[in-house]
Amino acid sequence: MVISMDNTIPSIPQRIGAIRFGLLSPREIRKMSVTSIITADTYDDDGYPIDMGLMDLRLGVIDPGLRCKTCGGRAGECPGHFGHIELVAPVLHVGFNKVIRKILRSTCRNCSHLLLEDKQKKAYLNQFAKLDVMSHLPDDLINNVFKEARKTKICPYCGEEQLEIKFEKPSDYIENDYKLTPTEIRDRLEHIPDDDLKVMGMDPVSARPEWMVLTVLAVPPVTVRPSITLESGQRSEDDLTHKLVDIIRINQRFQENRDAGAPQLIIEDLWELLQYHLTTFFDNEVSGVPPARHRSGRPLKTLTQRLKGKEGRFRGSLSGKRVNFSARTVVSPDPNLSINEVGVPYAIARQMTIPVRVISRNLEMMRAYVARGGETHPGANYVFREDGRRLKITEANKEELAEKLEPGWTVERQMQDGDIVLFNRQPSLHKMSIMAHKVKVLPNKTFKLNPSVCPPYNADFDGDEMNMHVLQTEESRAEASILMQVQENILSPRFGGPIIGGIHDHISGMFLLTRNEKMISKNDALELLRKSEVRELPEPAGYNDAGDPFWTGKQIFSQILPNDLNLEFKANVCFKCDVCKGRDCEYDSYVVVENGELVAGTIDEKAIGAFKGKILDSIVKRYGSTEAAQFVDDMTRLAIRGVMRTGLSFGISDEDIPREARLNIDEELERAENEVAELIQAYEAKELEPLPGRTLAETIELKIMQSLGKARDHAGTIAGNHLGLENSAVIMAKSGARGSMLNLTQMAACVGQQAVRGERIRRGYEGRTLPHFDRGDLGADAHGFVKSSYKSGLNPTEYFFHAVGGREGLVDTAVRTSQSGYLQRRLVNALQDLEVQYDRSVRETRGVIVQFKYGEDGIDSTKSDYNSKDTVHNIVSSVTGKEVK
Amino acid sequence: MVLQEATIEGMVKDLPLPSDVKQTLISDSVKASVNKKQMEEIIEKLLETYDKSCVEPCEAVGVISAQSIGEPGTQMTMRTFHYAGVAEINVTLGLPRLIEIVDARKRPSTPMMTVHLDNEYLEDREFANKIAWMIEATHVEHLADVTTDLSNMQLVIDLNEKAMNKREVGIESVMEKLEHGLGVSVVQASEVSNQLLIKLKEPSYRELLQLAKKINTITLKGIDGIKRVVVRKEDGEYRLYTEGSELKKVLEIDGIDPTRTSTNNIGEIYEVFGIEAARNAIIKEATDTLREQGLEVDVRHIMLVADIMSCDGEVKQIGRHGISGEKASVFARAAFEVTVNHLLDAGLRGEVDELSGVTENIIVGQPIKLGTGDVHLVSRNPLQG
Repeated sequence: MVISMDNTIPSIPQRIGAIRFGLLSPREIRKMSVTSIITADTYDDDGYPIDMGLMDLRLGVIDPGLRCKTCGGRAGECPGHFGHIELVAPVLHVGFNKVIRKILRSTCRNCSHLLLEDKQKKAYLNQFAKLDVMSHLPDDLINNVFKEARKTKICPYCGEEQLEIKFEKPSDYIENDYKLTPTEIRDRLEHIPDDDLKVMGMDPVSARPEWMVLTVLAVPPVTVRPSITLESGQRSEDDLTHKLVDIIRINQRFQENRDAGAPQLIIEDLWELLQYHLTTFFDNEVSGVPPARHRSGRPLKTLTQRLKGKEGRFRGSLSGKRVNFSARTVVSPDPNLSINEVGVPYAIARQMTIPVRVISRNLEMMRAYVARGGETHPGANYVFREDGRRLKITEANKEELAEKLEPGWTVERQMQDGDIVLFNRQPSLHKMSIMAHKVKVLPNKTFKLNPSVCPPYNADFDGDEMNMHVLQTEESRAEASILMQVQENILSPRFGGPIIGGIHDHISGMFLLTRNEKMISKNDALELLRKSEVRELPEPAGYNDAGDPFWTGKQIFSQILPNDLNLEFKANVCFKCDVCKGRDCEYDSYVVVENGELVAGTIDEKAIGAFKGKILDSIVKRYGSTEAAQFVDDMTRLAIRGVMRTGLSFGISDEDIPREARLNIDEELERAENEVAELIQAYEAKELEPLPGRTLAETIELKIMQSLGKARDHAGTIAGNHLGLENSAVIMAKSGARGSMLNLTQMAACVGQQAVRGERIRRGYEGRTLPHFDRGDLGADAHGFVKSSYKSGLNPTEYFFHAVGGREGLVDTAVRTSQSGYLQRRLVNALQDLEVQYDRSVRETRGVIVQFKYGEDGIDSTKSDYNSKDTVHNIVSSVTGKEVK
Repeated sequence: MVLQEATIEGMVKDLPLPSDVKQTLISDSVKASVNKKQMEEIIEKLLETYDKSCVEPCEAVGVISAQSIGEPGTQMTMRTFHYAGVAEINVTLGLPRLIEIVDARKRPSTPMMTVHLDNEYLEDREFANKIAWMIEATHVEHLADVTTDLSNMQLVIDLNEKAMNKREVGIESVMEKLEHGLGVSVVQASEVSNQLLIKLKEPSYRELLQLAKKINTITLKGIDGIKRVVVRKEDGEYRLYTEGSELKKVLEIDGIDPTRTSTNNIGEIYEVFGIEAARNAIIKEATDTLREQGLEVDVRHIMLVADIMSCDGEVKQIGRHGISGEKASVFARAAFEVTVNHLLDAGLRGEVDELSGVTENIIVGQPIKLGTGDVHLVSRNPLQG
């Protein structure tokens, strides 16, 4: 590759091949340090960093205007440099206490050899090599080595008898009542031979054990612990700086005391104190160590706390990052948009930009963008000169910049119709939670989306907010439009069916259109189809008395179907008769599509609904995603017009049931109550036969629940008989648009038993649920049976029980979200490295084979229909011309 | 010329197609009596559609599977207990059960076995009951009332003859089991029939009370750990459902069908039948749990989870103590859980992170080697030839 002399081609980012971990040796710390830190003070009275203090200019700069004394960089350019503190006496590193303990116990107290025979050591080394080949972690083996070595009581090398070493939190090692000092521990560790370290799973080159006992402390650069200036002009230091100040102070005091020949007791105290400060510097949540606190009483956030947890460095700043070019606002529906589109408010479109490289062929176009400036919509907000400098386009300089624009510059033009953006709603539980949409810039302040894309995002419009990300490179836009666009995600890989499809009004609209509409005049027919591409009407279904032609709803729906579609299935309204009459179904619930013509049946959830839509499913699979997107667009528009034609409203009077039905229900409920009373009587007389494996008390509970459940069902059936398909709630329930018959019967007839953990409500006062009842009352109403309907209203005790039952539901949801979220995180973490290889095997990225053929047959779940038995039948019969089914 | 079935089989045998497709193809071709040319055309077309339905290389199937199983988790109920099929036995279902499966627990919270009978006894109610009593653990409390006779310093066991006949336990075997289990001498009462007496060698009030407690832990008949057995007639045969699971011991019983008898305890299946069976058990249990909740999830996703749990030869947990904790990359482990410990250990061992996985590369800010990141396109400048 030829690199031009002026170096204008941005260098290809270098790839990091591997990262080696190790411990810092004191030598290394001193080598990488730019200065020793000796004073605990930070700034002098003028606010200038003190030399050899914690804010030394050689450690990097954070104040604007100053330059780093090591690299000469300004704030923001200089990455920061390490310093060091010479510790007066060695101190243990908290993180390694466990390892130090194990090593001390398994090495000789005299000669520091690992307490194992040479033969054993060799055997262990072989095992390590084997594990390495299989790329397994050696954790268990290392523990075995320590466990084994600890058993040896007399050193096989020098014959020294080994003493018991007790470990006391936080960092005391006691050998036969004598407390080992860090210096002694360091001595022992120092003498362990390199070969023995390998047997303990350590790498002597990158980690000598004595380095776990610190003699020098690396001081993190200032950039790692920036101080902030408060409004009052006062400086507020970072927690780490505070901790370092403490360390330096104690270190100094220790030095002074020791030099002055202070008594052993004081020296030991100071040593302890230094140990404490270093411990809390590394980790402020060690058990047994009181956490170091800020003056306000807030525990300090030291190194470990910075890395740990969800908001820590690893999960919070490295695995997930904050991004620019994103927007977030409330979403609202717009059925006139395509499923591939998203409506973006002007205010957002003006802020979001896309970089465009100026070349000779788009120069004029880019000039126009720049000339419009940031205020007029599709304008431009910034330009980048060839040398990479960013210039803001203002009303004042827009003309001038447009003039200066030349190939090689980059213009950040504003987003406009047709741009590809990513759209997302949290929680992002599956890949369909982030999809690519085409922008449609619209007035108002909310994102607009076609309601049929709600299911994959799990969005509704009760105040949900969603995020938009603008893609910045050509590659990402190509990738997004090929792989992530909404139409490419109509099929969910979870079950291989459509996840995008009609919801709510789409379903009830189609239901009404294809079931009830039999006489549609020409005008109305054209009005219904106005928004779709259809421009010609088929042969009319007939002529009315006045001689005007009319069409049926089925015909209108057929217009948006592909011409050669053939399908047969049972609709959602299917009454599940004992013998299915197929296409002669008297309830019009057997759907038959022949050559793109809806011959019989009602279109409902089973046909066009998200998750279940059969017509939708076969269109995506047979005609491809573009066709399917078109169908969904047409279908939703037609359905909305369909539902507007008939109208669908629901009011309190829709729950009215005739007087005699009400009486029937009351009778039914009374019968159930009597039944329960009889059961209780039998129970109290000990005449009840217990169910196998159940106690008497359990048996009666089950029986009562059973008979009350039956009563509610009967009440529901009675009410249902009086609510026919002319009732809008029934239409919604039967077509699968929203709600169920159960919801309706609860409103109209009887709410039924309230349960906690699947049992009747039993908790409350001693022997009774509420003071309204007698102790030991087993009756229906005393344990949460709600006789009333929502419409008639609940009496006070019923209301209370209903709230109890409802509370359980709320708690359930709260617990479930956290539990399933964790499950999801674990699953993704365990499986994220798996990939299908070109030989169709599934391997981890490091090469471990998990499956020899993906899913045993190598088939993608969204495309599995191409490989069904039906496909074989079809191919055989198409080649031979014979039916084989 | 119509092809013979054997010829068709020969043609189909080595095709790279799933076996059920091959089966259908063979039977269809025979039915349609195809000739050679037609057969070749059929095969060509079929291979084409198969190719079309395959996963694309570089697809990140792992993440898709994980999401496909995790996402429905939000829709599952938390109800821990449910009476699945058998009204008498509680089983954990829903989200808790799914978590239990991927956790690879040694024992599920509600172990349960389904015992099928040998073909000859399928409709033999008597036999089914007999087996049930052989399996269900019988304790003293089932057969007798135990009273502590403090005046004579002895335990009095009043055996219930009816219960003993029902469970087919003889008085001698009770005596033997008790003597063996408790290490005491058991004598039959001389005056009263069906009464056993346990006398201590050295009268001690404390030991007597302890004995009274301990006596209930002795299993007189059946298998330890199986609390209850329910016999049900389903699909024209008698089946036994047990609360508690002891597969190994049940398989030794004559008259049961070892090929169909199974348990919901995956750990036990692993111990008794090995890793392949455990993998299938994971698939079955997870599928059943999801199906019971009315959630449709493609088996391939569950298979992948089962495979990664079992691909090392033992059942590994999905999470910190299993797959995620054993990843090769330090960064991947640190980013999952127990961040600091992983970093410290890595330092100690001088580990090298090869940056091959997803998390590691995101952490260092590089493209990941998965999906479109695994493909390299090199464009040749047409001007430079």
